[in-house]
Order: sequence, then structure tokens, then C-alpha cells
Amino acid sequence: MTGMILKRLLGALPNIVGVVIVTFILTRALPGDPAAYFAGPAATTEAIEQVRASLGLDKTMAHQFVLYLKDLARGNLGNSLTTGQPVVTEIRQRLPASLELTLCGLLIAVVVAVPLGVLAATRPGTWVDHLCRLLATAGVSLPTFFTGLLLAYVFYFLLGLAPSPLGRIDVSFSPPPAVTGLYLVDSLLARDLESFWASAKQLVLPALTMGLFVMAPLMRMTRASMLGVLSSEFIRTARASGLPRSQVLYAYAFRNALLPVVTTLGMVFSFLLGSNVLVEKVFAWPGIGSYVIEALVSSDYAPVQGFVLTMALLYVALNLAIDVLYVLIDPRVGIEG
Amino acid sequence: MSAATLKHIRYVATENPVTLVAFLLFSGFVLLALFGPWIAPYDPLASDSGAALKAPSAAHWFGTDSLGRDILSRIIVAARLDFGIAVSAVAASFVIGAALGSLAGFYGGWADRIIGRIADTIMAFPLFVLAMGIVAALGNTVANIVIATAIINLPFYIRVARAEVNVRRAAGYVEAARLAGNTDLRVLAMHVFPNILPPIMVQISLNMGWAILNAAGLSFIGLGVRPPQAEWGIMVAEGATYIISGEWWVALFPGAVLMLAVFTFNLLGDGLRDIMDPRMRT
Repeated sequence: MTGMILKRLLGALPNIVGVVIVTFILTRALPGDPAAYFAGPAATTEAIEQVRASLGLDKTMAHQFVLYLKDLARGNLGNSLTTGQPVVTEIRQRLPASLELTLCGLLIAVVVAVPLGVLAATRPGTWVDHLCRLLATAGVSLPTFFTGLLLAYVFYFLLGLAPSPLGRIDVSFSPPPAVTGLYLVDSLLARDLESFWASAKQLVLPALTMGLFVMAPLMRMTRASMLGVLSSEFIRTARASGLPRSQVLYAYAFRNALLPVVTTLGMVFSFLLGSNVLVEKVFAWPGIGSYVIEALVSSDYAPVQGFVLTMALLYVALNLAIDVLYVLIDPRVGIEG
Repeated sequence: MSAATLKHIRYVATENPVTLVAFLLFSGFVLLALFGPWIAPYDPLASDSGAALKAPSAAHWFGTDSLGRDILSRIIVAARLDFGIAVSAVAASFVIGAALGSLAGFYGGWADRIIGRIADTIMAFPLFVLAMGIVAALGNTVANIVIATAIINLPFYIRVARAEVNVRRAAGYVEAARLAGNTDLRVLAMHVFPNILPPIMVQISLNMGWAILNAAGLSFIGLGVRPPQAEWGIMVAEGATYIISGEWWVALFPGAVLMLAVFTFNLLGDGLRDIMDPRMRT
């Protein structure tokens, strides 16, 4: 099995190489002359040439690519023009907020979508099934930024149940001491239940928004794969042998139906990481999504490039984790090699 | 279109009224996109500071925004831009993706490996993030939104075309066309390609909704379309500041129309799949 996992790790290498090449191309495809841009609007011709030399833009493309790789290896993504801080530092500070939001969104989606998918598959053609299908189609049609606004309007403005949709924790609380950077975990570690509730309340609406968006593909996949498994021969055999319905359903069918669902998680993460940017803007969530939008507005390119690279590497890593998980939960993979 | 196909279409429409509704909605949106500027009751750009942020009324069905512009008119006029972006992006990725995918599936070998690698590399990014990166790098214009949306849709067409061509490349009629003296490219273009169109049509319909969603998302975060131009995503963004103070109509109506447009395409895609897929005929 270790061999299998190693093989998957090696399989991710071409993707990482591809991602690095594409981000390099994106950094060099900036509109106009990057040297003139980084030198500022008032720069003289000599100053621009100086910047060009210091950025290595006067070298050949191949040479520039080597320099880019060296910078990446040293963890240097350049500095943000507006804050003057290294992009890596700022992304590292803000990443936990985005991760907390994304993971909670995923958790909500899985907890709701998988049981619903199973329910729809065990009662095909009934109103439960039709309702699930309608919800699934409606779910993928929802623009996340719009769902977020609607939820904020209903639960904050109309019902007053949710706190104002601004930030990760109410202003009257101070953030818990940073250990993981995830407020929910940190406040529990500090045994501070009040902060825990305060940050959980802020988190519910944005996480629900993300969850609603990815519920649809998860539910569809669970339903389809469960239907497929339920009509297979080993289930017929199990039923014919007189096993109780719940055992057939959960011990035999569900476990097998889970494998394609795990594969779908890859696509689900692509959706989540993308919609993360939109949801962070709606809820003023201080993650890397808001960071990149601020940078986009002020035409500050280094953070944008750092963000694209970070997200892509994160996504490759997540896909790798899914692959490894697949090897671990599918007993057949180890045997067939 | 033969009589049997027509009969089947009628069967699908009557069997699943949802498809019929989706088709009617789609026709409505196409009409808006074509004739929007003549249908809109007001000038979408004319501001009227006296009538700013008015709730929906008989004069302004969907209310007015912070500059007193009529929201209904802006939504109607925006249909052309939103559909234009989505249609051109999907058309570009269809043409390029289907061509690359067909070549990969037909010839296999190196062509297949290189084209497959291109598709994998695009898919290695979270797609919306890649689109943001492309627009940021190429410049903040509507044309670049189209290019970015086309690029992130490319892998889907490459994969469908590749898989469909691959199962057909050794089919009897392909052999026959070859033996009759047709060149490889001619066989691919005239004999194989028409047969892979149905599954690609379904892909196009499902993709259109997604393309609209992406384009609206990009303009929501301030990329591509610039104010004061009317576009559904940017209108939701403009309304976002007012929704938490209770002026719900500024963001709700454009958002709801955007959602309805995407929903229409998704339903239509499902319906088309029913028409194309003979296994669904019961």
C-alpha cells in the first residue's frame, strides 16, 4: 500500500510542474511593460531600466524561468505594492481564515448531501427523489455571491438571528490566541467558549453559502452511485440471503457507493476554492480571497499571482490527499496493485 | 430532422413538462438578448437623483438603484452582454476543444499525450481562480473575460471529444470511408465529427449556465465589465451594500434573473440529454 501511495505522489508531479509553468506565463503576460509598471508612474527611463535589471526582465525567458524557480524555492513571491509586505507572509496570515471557511462549507455539504442522496436512491421515482433532483439542479444554478447576500438579508436584516456579516468574530471579542489560526479550534484550545460561539455565529452564514453551492454535485453523485450499487449482483445476493435491510444498505451498499463520491470531492474542492473568493467578498471575511480582491482593485499583481499559485498548489495537494484516501478506503486497490 | 425525431421531441416535451418550460424560458431570454434595448421601458443609463433607491412600484416594477436608474431596464439590457460573453466563450472552447480532442482521440500517441497534458494542467487549477489569474494578467476587459472563460471550459470539450472519437475511430463506417480513399483528416471531419456532435451539444448546454455564472462572478469582484455598464453580476455587487440596510430590490432582481438564466440552461441540458440518449426512451 505504501508503494501505491508513493505512486500517487509521483503522479502529482506533472501537475505541479504544469501549475508552475502556467503561473510563470501569467506573471510574464502582464499588460504593458512590467518594469515600467513596477517602477511607478513618475519613473525616468533610467529608473525603469534599473527595475528591469533588478527584476531580471532583461534576461532570456529560459533564464527568467530559472530565476522564478529559485524565488519559489526560497518562498519569495514578491512584495505587495500597497502594503509593502512580502506576499508570502500576508498569504500565510490569511490562509487559515479561508481554510476554516472552506472546510466548514464542505462539512455542511457532506452532512446534508450524502444522506439525502442515499434517501433519494432508496426511493427512486418518489417525491423525495424528485425533490432531491430539483434541489440539485437549483443548487448548481445559484450564484454563490447571490445566495450569500440573500442569507445575510434574511437572517441578519429580517430575522436578526445572525450577527452583522462583517468579519470572523464580533468586534467586542478579541481573536483567540493563534495556534492553528482556525478560530473555532483556537478558542476551544484556549477553553474560551464565548469566543467559540462568537466566531461560530459569524461562520455559519458564509459556510452555509459555500455548502449550498457544492451540495448539488455531491448529492447527485451519491444518488447515482448508490443506485448503481443497489442494482448490482452482490446486493441481490445479500438480499436473497435474507440479510436485514439496514445491513445490506449501510454495511454493503453504502461503503461501495462511497468510492465515486470521494472521487467527486476533487471537483467539489475546485468549486469551493473558487467560490471562496466570492463568499469572502460578500461577508467581508478576512481570508486570502478578500486579499486578492483588494489587490485586483489596486492593480497590485504580485499578490494576485501569489494567490493563484497558492490556490493551485493547495488544490493539487487536496487532490493528492483524496487519491491517498481512496487507496486507504478501497480494499481492492491494495490487492490489485 | 426526421419524423421519428420530431415524435421523440414531442414525447420528451410532453413526458417532461419541465423541459418544455425550460425551452420557453430560453426563448424568452434569447428575445431579451436580441431586442432588449427596444423592450426596456427606460434608458438603462439615465440616472435620476430624485428617484434614487425607490422600492418596486407601478412605474418602476423592480425599483430603482442608488443613482435612480430603472432596475428592470438595466436587467433587460444586460441580457445581451451576459449572453454574449457566455455564447462567445462557449463557442470558442467548443471549436478549439472539439478540434484538439478529436485529434487526440483519432491519432492517439504523442498528440494525445500532449493535448491530454494541456487539459490536465488547466484542470489542476481551481477553475474560477485560474480565470481570475488570466483576466488579471491579460488586462481587465470584457474580451479577456471571454478568453478566460473559454480557457477554463476547454478541458471539458477536449475530454468529451477525445472519448467519443476514440470509441469510433475503428468503427466500420470509418474503415469504409478510409478504404474509399478519403484522407485521415477528411474522415475525421466529415465522417467521425458529425457523430460526436450530440454528446457535445449536451455539454454545450450544461456549460452555458456555468459560463454565465463564471462571467457574472468575475464582474462581481470587479473584473471585466466596468460601471456604469449594466451586467447582472455587477448589478448584484452594486446592490450588495444596500441589502443589509433593507433595500433588497437592488441586488435581488438581477441576482434572481441571473439564477433563472443558469437554471434554464441546466434544465435544458438535462432535457437535451433525454432527447439525445436513446437509453432514456422508454
